[in-house]
Parts: sequence; C-alpha cells; structure tokens
Amino acid sequence: MSSFFSRVRAGLAKTAAQIRDRLTDRGDRAAESTPDAGGARTATSLSEIEDALVGADVGLPATERILLAVKTAGGTGALRDRVGDEIRRVFAGAPPPLDNGTRPRVVLIVGVNGTGKTTSVGKLANLFKQQGHSVLICAADTFRAAAVEQLAVWAERADVDVIRAQHGADPASVVHDAAVAAKARQRDILLIDTAGRLHTRANLMAELDKIRRVVSREIPGAPHEVLLVLDATVGQNGLVQAREFMSVGGVNGLILTKLDGTAKGGVAVAIAHELKLPIRFIGVGEAIDDLVPFDADDYVKALFTDQW
Amino acid sequence: MFDSLSNRLQGVFKSLRGETRLTEATVDAALREIRLALLEADVNFRVVKAFVDRVREKAIDQEVLRSLTPGQQVVRIVRDEMLAMFGTAAGGLTPASRTPRVILMLGLQGSGKTTTTAKLARWLTKQGKHPLVVSTDVRRPAAIEQLSVLARQLSVRVHEPAGEMDPVTRAAGALALAKNSGFDTLIVDTAGRLHIDDELMQELAAIRSAVDPTDLLYVADAMTGQDAVKSAGEFHRQMTVTGVVLTKTDGDARGGAALSVVGVVGVPIAFVGSGERPEDLEPFQAERLVSRVLGMGDVLSLIERAEAAMDDESRAKMAEKKDFNDFSLEDFRDQLRTIKKMGPLEQVLGMIPGMGGLKQLNEQRANMDPKQLDRVEAIINSMTPGERRNHAVLNGSRRKRIARGSGTKVEDVNRVLKQFVEMRKMLKTMGAMTSGRGGRQKLMQMLRGR
Repeated sequence: MSSFFSRVRAGLAKTAAQIRDRLTDRGDRAAESTPDAGGARTATSLSEIEDALVGADVGLPATERILLAVKTAGGTGALRDRVGDEIRRVFAGAPPPLDNGTRPRVVLIVGVNGTGKTTSVGKLANLFKQQGHSVLICAADTFRAAAVEQLAVWAERADVDVIRAQHGADPASVVHDAAVAAKARQRDILLIDTAGRLHTRANLMAELDKIRRVVSREIPGAPHEVLLVLDATVGQNGLVQAREFMSVGGVNGLILTKLDGTAKGGVAVAIAHELKLPIRFIGVGEAIDDLVPFDADDYVKALFTDQW
Repeated sequence: MFDSLSNRLQGVFKSLRGETRLTEATVDAALREIRLALLEADVNFRVVKAFVDRVREKAIDQEVLRSLTPGQQVVRIVRDEMLAMFGTAAGGLTPASRTPRVILMLGLQGSGKTTTTAKLARWLTKQGKHPLVVSTDVRRPAAIEQLSVLARQLSVRVHEPAGEMDPVTRAAGALALAKNSGFDTLIVDTAGRLHIDDELMQELAAIRSAVDPTDLLYVADAMTGQDAVKSAGEFHRQMTVTGVVLTKTDGDARGGAALSVVGVVGVPIAFVGSGERPEDLEPFQAERLVSRVLGMGDVLSLIERAEAAMDDESRAKMAEKKDFNDFSLEDFRDQLRTIKKMGPLEQVLGMIPGMGGLKQLNEQRANMDPKQLDRVEAIINSMTPGERRNHAVLNGSRRKRIARGSGTKVEDVNRVLKQFVEMRKMLKTMGAMTSGRGGRQKLMQMLRGR
C-alpha cells in the first residue's frame, strides 16, 4: 500500500504544489500573511483562495460553495484544512455505483478525443487482472487510424485478449461479438474502448446509445459502469462534457487522466458538486500500473499535506 | 466553439440596450457578467483581471457614457480589446525562409498532433506545396502507424524507416530524404509529452537540433482550462514556439485557452482545427474569432466554404441566373449538393450570424438528420427533366409517382416543393437587392453586418 500512496502523491505532487503555491503566499503579499505551524505562509484572504481554486479549474459555482462553507464554518483550523474538508464533503456527496455481482460486468469507456481512453483501457485491464478478475477487451474504436493496433499493444502488455474488427466497421457489431465472447469465455469483466467523440456531435452520441442498447440485449443491466475519461488539463468544458455524456451515454463515473502534469483536474470537483459523479480512477503516469483507484481522502491529503 | 460566451455577452448587452444612458453602475454590472463569462470560458484568471480593467477604463470614459448607443459602444470596446490582444499577426504560415521548410509539431498528449500533422500536410498540398511527413513518436503504441495510415489516405509521402526506433535518427533521415528528393516541406510529428518531463523535453531539443526547424507549432486543445498558459509557456520557454494550432474547436468549448495563450505567452495562433475530416483545418483569423465571440457570426468562413465547395460549373450557372426567375429544381439540387459538401450541417449553421446564439437552434441541431438532404435529393432525382425545369406541372398523380420512385411519402414531396418555392422567392428578393454592378459585394457586406 505504501507504493500506492507514494505513486498517488508523486503524481499529484505538481497539482498539489500548484494549489499550495497559491494558498501559501510566498509572493509580494508576504507582508500580509501570517506564518503557520509548518513555517509556510498561508493565504489570508478569501479572494486568494478564490484565485487558487479558480486557477485550479474548480469553476465558480463549486468555488463559491467552498468559500461559503469556509466562511460559515469560521474560526479554528488552518484555512487550507477547512478548504480541504469541504472538498472532501463534495466528493462524499458523489458515491460510486455498487457492484451488483453480475458477470460479465460490462465497463464502457467513453470521452472526447485525446483524453486517454485507449491508454486507460489498457491500464484498467491490467489493474482488474491484478485484482484477480478475468478480463476481455473490446476494441470498438473503429474510426481513428491505428486505434485498434494501439489497444492491441496495451492488451498484450496486460496479457488480456481483445475482440476486434475491421477499421471502419460498425462499433455496435464489434461490441455485440465481444459481449457474446465474454459470456462464452466466462469472463468477469468486459472492457469496451470507444472512439473519441465530441459531445456536440449528435450522430456520434447516437452511436454511443446504439452500443449501449446492443450490449444490454446480450447482458442484462449492461453496461454496469460507463466511465467518462477526462483529461486533467480540461477546463470548464469538462462539466459540459460530463453533463452531456451523462444524459446520453449514462455515464456514472469518471477517470481523471494525466494528473502527472501541472494541471489540476479541479473540474472534477465541480462535476462531483453539480452532477454527483464520482471519480473512480486516476491516471498518474505513463507506465501500465499508473492508473489507480481514486480515494477522496488521499486526493485531498495529497493536495494539502507537506509530506513530500 | 464560443457560442456560450457570445450568448452571455449578448445577454449583458441586451440589457444594456434598454438603457438610454450608460451609468457607471450598469457598466459595472456588465463587467461583472463579462468576468464571469470569461472565467467560465477558461480564460486565465489573471488575463481576465487585466482585460476587465482595460475595458472598464475605456467604458467609463465620458464620451462613451454620453453617446446615444452606449451598449454598442461597450461591445465595440470589448471587441477592440480582444482584437488588440490577438495582435496584428495573421494566421497560417509566414513565407519559408529556406527550403526545405521544416515544421516541428509539439504539445501535450492527446492534443491532436498526429491528426494536425496530416491536416497540415493536406493544407500545404492544396497550397501547391510538396510535403513529406515523419513520425518520431516511438512511445505511444501505433502512433507511427496512425500517421502512415492518414498520410496514405491523403496521398502524402511519409518517411517510414522500418525498425528505426530512435526519434532523432528518424527525423534526421526524413530531412535527408526531403533534401535529396525535392520535398519543399518536412513536417515532423513528435510524441506527446509533459512540459515538466525533463527527459522528454531533452529528446525534443535533440530533434530540434537535428532538423533545425523553421516553424515550431505548439498544438493545444481548445478545451484546455487554466493550465493552458502554464504548459504553453513552458514549451515556449524551452523550445521557442513560433505558432499555436488550436484543435477541437468544433466542440462547444469556449476556448478561453486561445485568449490566454496569446495574452500571456504571446505566441500567435497559426491554425484552427475544426473537425475530424482532413480538410477541417483553417488559418487562424482574429477578426473572425472575435466576431464569433461577440455573436456576430462567422460569415467570412461560411462564404469561403461555400465557394470552395461549389464547383466552377454550378457557380457559373448561378452567376447566369441574374434575376432568379429561371431558378429551377435542378439548381435547387445543385445547391443542396453544395451545402452537403460544405461539411456537417451543425458546423455550417453555427457560422451564420445570430444562429450560433439561438438556444432553440442548438436544440434542433441534435435532431438534425444529415440524411434529410439525401432524401430531398432522391425526390428531385425521381422527377423527369421536364418536371425539374418547370415545377408547375407537378400535379397530384405526378407527386404520387415521385414519392414511390424516391421511397418517400407524398407529404415529403410536398414539403420539398414548398421549400423550393420559398427559396426561389427569397432569391428573387435578394436578386432585386443585388442587381446592378457591385450587387454581390453589397450582399456580402450586408451579410457581414456592415
């Protein structure tokens, strides 16, 4: 478990540093700030917190909720602890979907172009396998050139087999074949990779709906999880994406990728606040085991401790 | 992409329009809305502060307050300030300083480098250039193959040294090939990397030394949030970026990243990617983008697209029809085909002034069926040439026959005829307005809202 913490921490270090840099004012306003226990200078004004949160892509509505909570809670504790508490409460309001025990459990991966869907499928397959599940991957991105080949490489690394089709084939038909195969081979989990689609493209969103219908015909209740892959660098459009993919694609969770950069993925807080969508996994690096289950406590702790 | 931002600003100024005089209080209310809108649009929060301050300074100016149309004055100020931010630099590529021109593509993972490389190669080909592309992305599985497939689709030469997995060697080899085989442009695609990944940034520097690029294009996702400034700034600091390509602008991201990167990093935007098709790449034009931000539509792009899609023959045919009295169902069909070639309907509609801001229309976009156009075409194809030239002869039994022939219902045929008659009427009105010399220009000016 210690390696888990250190990886999350390492991945989030930059993110945390960003927020902390803002919250701990080392700049020209140093005179106004007061030293705290750790010797760092904490932000003294709410407007600095507002800048820090807005600068982290948390967005105005969620930022205002956090500010209000911090204001009304008042009094004791460092400002940043109170901010952390409220962020934790935001995440607590968005619980993950329960596993009802259906096998094969179908996990559908969706999102706009370039967020890291294919990579996440590869890493998820590896993670599920490590957890002792038998996995089958369905390569339903028949649009992007070489997407299937990319996934095949990941599948080989994770030692999981792939159901694939010709480039340009109807994705729903591949999904159908994969659902039949997952049942026949008695797999625990069927992971479906889909083509990147902008949520504004009605025809592509309809295609997603068709995939859902086809898989639910083969496996009752499927897809059990529909995970929207969000790039941590995404801004407020992430909220729009989540809303659209939720209403058309039945998304019930998020994968937040590329947290190893300087981006903060703060829009996930806004999404949890507004849409009650939980973050299920986070991507913290390029290696195959750099996708880990999300834990709100660790996330906030990683954001707000000085341990590293 | 900026629909929502223009909606908000339109809302602000609609309320301002009601005021006979601008007071400081109304300006402040408007500025608050502008600030919210810009933040929601992911414009960097520091840029927003500076921007709002500049607008306030100018808006509170007495001349503006006393003018009869203060609302429009504020729109003007916002527009001018945004334009000032983008500077005077035109989009596209500056003329090459030497041959072969070497373009290095760089950026974060998933921003769209490989797709843009292919689109750019196609764009250059259309400009009469002879590009060679090479992938140096040995990290992402199948990235090299992705570029090869795209290049083959576009009949663009790609340098594929089999088994060579050293990015620098691949790039250097491509440059040698370009020099020896007379390619005038080399585009080097690179692996996506984080600006804080020292090892990979060093690799990028090594590629740069090997090919000595004339252009370094930073590919940025229009959906990027506050991080845009940081990552673009760091790439610029280390690599001296010459231009930005803003991708995925066909979504509804408000693209504050564009404003921020230009405002903070100071690198001009060269191209804008606006769709998944290879032809969906256009040189950036600040005027157009700002007009779109402010809800004035993007008429220039629309006209250009129409002209690019309309083949010479149908254009000549349209030019002949001076008064539009002889506008027939055949011409109607030509028009539909042109519209189809212009690209996805929702994209085209978004460019029409006022349309982008209509919420109603946004909802309709979802229901819009591209097959509708095919059906209309099938109906017209099922008519005899005589019927197409003179729609007046289409009585009930002819309509029934056409419906059977095109696999539609009589109601559908009736609807098409009604649309045709309406369009003809509209064209006649426009024809009357634009008759005489310079009529076409007048029409264009009208569309541009001048």
